[in-house]
Amino acid sequence: MKQDIFQAIADPTRRAILTLIAIQALTPNAMAEKFDMTRQAVSKHIKVLHECELIKPEQSGREIYYHFNAKKMQEFDHWLAQFRQNWETQFNQLDQLLTTIKPQE
Amino acid sequence: MNNDLLFDFNVDKAAKTVYITREFNAGQSLVWDAFTKAELLDQWVAPAPMRAKTKYMNFEVGGRRFYAMISPDGQERWVVQEFTSITPKTNFKLYNAFADKDENRELPGSDWDYNFSEQNGITKVDITIYNESFERLEKLLEGFTIGFTMSLQNLEELLATLS
Repeated sequence: MKQDIFQAIADPTRRAILTLIAIQALTPNAMAEKFDMTRQAVSKHIKVLHECELIKPEQSGREIYYHFNAKKMQEFDHWLAQFRQNWETQFNQLDQLLTTIKPQE
Repeated sequence: MNNDLLFDFNVDKAAKTVYITREFNAGQSLVWDAFTKAELLDQWVAPAPMRAKTKYMNFEVGGRRFYAMISPDGQERWVVQEFTSITPKTNFKLYNAFADKDENRELPGSDWDYNFSEQNGITKVDITIYNESFERLEKLLEGFTIGFTMSLQNLEELLATLS
């Protein structure tokens, strides 16, 4: 099942991982060390973040570094901006409606 | 003019919650009616050129509003809103879920909480939308934009006929 971006961001550890790798790409081992977690626990978080494309792996020698995918977060923000725009349009329509029904009150 | 009226839109991604605040230049009873009466809701809830059509609405606790968002090319997106709490003129809560045309809901949906207050003839409406998942929230937008693929020119022509 495709991971849900909301669920991915809702977890405090995953938010911390994103904050950290937004500054610097990290290997799973480095993440485990920084968060004092088992390698297994880190792998689980990486899987979720990777599946919703918030992070992307890059091979460097024998190590895999995970980078923050700012583009995905932008897509999400862009989507939210559209959602906001729809509300604005609706409310402007309501403004008009309120002026037309007012005289009847 | 309505330019001074407050409009706030905030998203708490971690809490999966959207907060919307809007002021209206009208009294609280009128604004309350606009949010709770089907014949008024149908006139504003769908961003043009979409339109909304309520099949039925029982505005009471446990009651439902079953309505469709209809795109200019006739595609329908049905929504069931179940009212879970009503305090006349000040607050109501509902559970929003998409559905098929036979009213079978696609769960989970989202929890909506509306608050109304008036000061100096200006009514403020606070809306809180809690979504269990982003995918569901995404569908809310889909409901607005379904069939919204016509060219800009078509859109302009349509708007001209509507006005």
